[in-house]
Amino acid sequence: MIDCVENRLLTSRRGLLLVGASFAAWAYLPKFARAADGRDPRLVVVILRGALDGLATVAPIGDPDYAGLHGSIALTADGAHPALMLDSFFALHPSMPEFARMYRAQHAAVIHAVATPYRDRSHFDGQDVLESGYAGPGRVQSGWLNRALESLPRGERVSSGLAVGPTTPLVLRGNAPTVGWAPVALPQADDDTAMRLVELYRHRDPSLASALSQGLQLEKAASGDDMKPKPGNQVAQMRQVARGAAKLMAADDGPRIAALAFDGWDTHANEGGPVGRLAFLLGGLDGALAEFESGLGDRWRDTVVVVATEFGRTARINGTDGTDHGTGTIALLAGGAVKGGRVISDWPGLKPANLFEARDLKPTTDLRSVIKGVLQGQFGLSDQVLAQTVFPDSASARPMKGLVA
Amino acid sequence: MARDSQAALVALNRFGFGARGGASGDLINAASDPRGFVKAELARPFGALLEAPGLQSTPQLGLAVFAYQDQVKQEREAAKAAAPAEAPPPQAPADQKPGLRRNLSLNTVATEIAGQMAEAKSADNAAKPDNMQPNAAAPAAAKPSPQPLNVIQKTFRAEALARLQRAMMVDCGFAERLVVFWSNHFCISASKGELARMWAGAFEREAIRPHVLGRFADMLKAVEQHPAMLFFLDNQQSLGPDSRAGQNRKRGLNENLAREIMELHTLGVGGGYTQEDVTSLARIITGWTFAGRQGQLGAPGSFAFNANAHQPGSQLLLGKTYEATGLAQGEAALADIARHPSTANFIATKFVRHFVADDPPQALVARLRDVFIKTDGDLKALATALVDSNEAWQAPLTKMRSPYDFLVATGRLLARVPEDPGGYLGNLNLLGQPLWTPAGPNGFPDTAAAWAAPEGMKLRLDIASQMGARLGPNIDPLDLLEFAAADAASTETRKTIERAESRQQALALLLMSPELQRR
Repeated sequence: MIDCVENRLLTSRRGLLLVGASFAAWAYLPKFARAADGRDPRLVVVILRGALDGLATVAPIGDPDYAGLHGSIALTADGAHPALMLDSFFALHPSMPEFARMYRAQHAAVIHAVATPYRDRSHFDGQDVLESGYAGPGRVQSGWLNRALESLPRGERVSSGLAVGPTTPLVLRGNAPTVGWAPVALPQADDDTAMRLVELYRHRDPSLASALSQGLQLEKAASGDDMKPKPGNQVAQMRQVARGAAKLMAADDGPRIAALAFDGWDTHANEGGPVGRLAFLLGGLDGALAEFESGLGDRWRDTVVVVATEFGRTARINGTDGTDHGTGTIALLAGGAVKGGRVISDWPGLKPANLFEARDLKPTTDLRSVIKGVLQGQFGLSDQVLAQTVFPDSASARPMKGLVA
Repeated sequence: MARDSQAALVALNRFGFGARGGASGDLINAASDPRGFVKAELARPFGALLEAPGLQSTPQLGLAVFAYQDQVKQEREAAKAAAPAEAPPPQAPADQKPGLRRNLSLNTVATEIAGQMAEAKSADNAAKPDNMQPNAAAPAAAKPSPQPLNVIQKTFRAEALARLQRAMMVDCGFAERLVVFWSNHFCISASKGELARMWAGAFEREAIRPHVLGRFADMLKAVEQHPAMLFFLDNQQSLGPDSRAGQNRKRGLNENLAREIMELHTLGVGGGYTQEDVTSLARIITGWTFAGRQGQLGAPGSFAFNANAHQPGSQLLLGKTYEATGLAQGEAALADIARHPSTANFIATKFVRHFVADDPPQALVARLRDVFIKTDGDLKALATALVDSNEAWQAPLTKMRSPYDFLVATGRLLARVPEDPGGYLGNLNLLGQPLWTPAGPNGFPDTAAAWAAPEGMKLRLDIASQMGARLGPNIDPLDLLEFAAADAASTETRKTIERAESRQQALALLLMSPELQRR
């Protein structure tokens, strides 16, 4: 008995640093041909798994149809939690003050009404397309970021000494060797996964539903209000993984290119407006970006962070104050190397006739163009390499110019 | 026969360790002939034996423990002799002075982060759900070099690994499930001491496995004469009060083993024995011990009968007189207890509770009890009768998988044969079922009340979620659902998995679905 109790205390989740997100980076220092201007560029790719509601994150409050479509969760420029105006038309979610600050300093930009070439609504396939860089889903085992790395001249191998994270995101998997790191412990399952499971149990196995619900409540009781950042909750985890990754990337011989993934964006029910579930997650993302900024120190100047998601969500909220799988969404850029202070968008409008399949924000910008623009700006990859190797068969999606200062 | 996924689920989950993923075809094979699929393992008389390179016998392991203990003692004495009378005050290492500018090299940063994480990491080494995952990107030098394992830890891990690997590779797993059932019925606990930890795996290999398809009386004798059990329940300390050793040392009986033989191993509480019977059996088995490091009674670490410690004279037990025949006195008593009607009833009840329902159907219990009696405790006949029964196939799948079942079923579905037992051992600790280490001689509980507890469910979810994060990206969860349950999966489970926001989440939800949790 004593043995058993001791083990449980030692490994109690509450006693540990807990992180669910993972981070992986390229194992070589690229030899950038940028010696002339003294730049030492860095790139971080943040994948938001679950499909981010772009209309809730960067709200087109100047669009007359927005408030009606987003209904109870729509952002407004006034009220108790006013959205942060980015220009006269777009407003940023109030839980992202750090990103707003970077934007004002012209070190952050938004690309709106953006999408990968994928037009169906399966998370798994959508993430495959987002991360593989191919035009359709198909079980590819390498990602566009890895193929971009393969196209760079290799420098020295980054010294090892990193513990291995749980998994490398597909975007960074492939032939080019990578290293991984993750703060390790037994991370807690995120609330969204827990809620889905409770729902399944309610229908199929009420006694398990009751046990698990109680277990989750015990956990919350033990850790207090679960909406505040603290070790163990998702917001703290996001910050922590970003802090660790930034520290590694700031080292003189550290990796220059990294990818990480944050889960939990599939907000089908009770998405929340200025406060609530999505607000909570966006706060975590905002905190992670701030950690990159402070952790990279002087290197932030040469850094671009790309935040992307597999697709967007319905323009109109559903019957459970959430949004279902959609199409067009946003991408975010942050970093000292970003030519920021802009929302880049060929705005399609939200009139019923302008929506994609009469339900989703219509994509007017190919996400590949955005990423190509960043890769070209940071590392000088050619149009041809980008169109054939990095994003195969993508010549029609021309690299977006002028994203990098 | 028609393809019957529901029956296949019963075959694989109720009787076995769950379907394996990959190209096993387990579910299809089970569906084509569910009973035959389960019974196939009963037809292999030695199928439950476990031999693996490096696994040693109990006496060999005993010698290794004695040698290890001698070495530790010598080192301690040497250190004591070498140490000055007073130790100098500890000095702060120079590189820990505050205010020094840190060298911004990756190694420094990595070391620093590793240091911060060291505590979490050492717990994690135990807690990782699956640390056998090869990762091409893993820098081998990354892990902080841990304290080297001693021979006892190494042995425990090797035994655990052999057991886990076997569980991953068998087709249905019914024979292995029988091993786990009997091993828990006749449990020892590794927490008793170094010898118990060292012998835990060998005990199961030597006393349980040879008999799971043999006779109950043979298993009973093998168990009660095994050094691990004698050590666990203190019988090596029990002396007949009138024996030569008892007289010389003014010591006497320890009833621990005798009581548990009757209460937990055979007759069961209320099985018709009295305190007098307990004391009597304790006297009967005095002298049952194992040879110590000096080897006066035989090869060190082997079973021995110490006539000097044995209570002389005949004994009355359960209404029958056992003449003073030394070792044979106890063997005769055990043989009779093994075929006592209470034993048949106790075993049949526990067996049905384990495989069919927390509240065992009484008609089935009665049938198995009769089979036990009629066949004089033939455990293969008992298992066959269970598989042949209708109840075992018709009762709803309401049993909760124990943590061990759950983790093994998960490993099988993910088609991952472990090369290191650390992840499993850590998760078993976390979920309250540390391998071969139950809290008491009554073993781990066997009901949903114990395993579907709130904290336990939350922990299972955390572990499933971690596995999802680690393995999800390379796995199609809907394929796995096909391997695990096919069209026997509920619509709700299928939809929950289909609608998951990522493969990672889908895998976690699949592992936690009722189809995987219940058996």
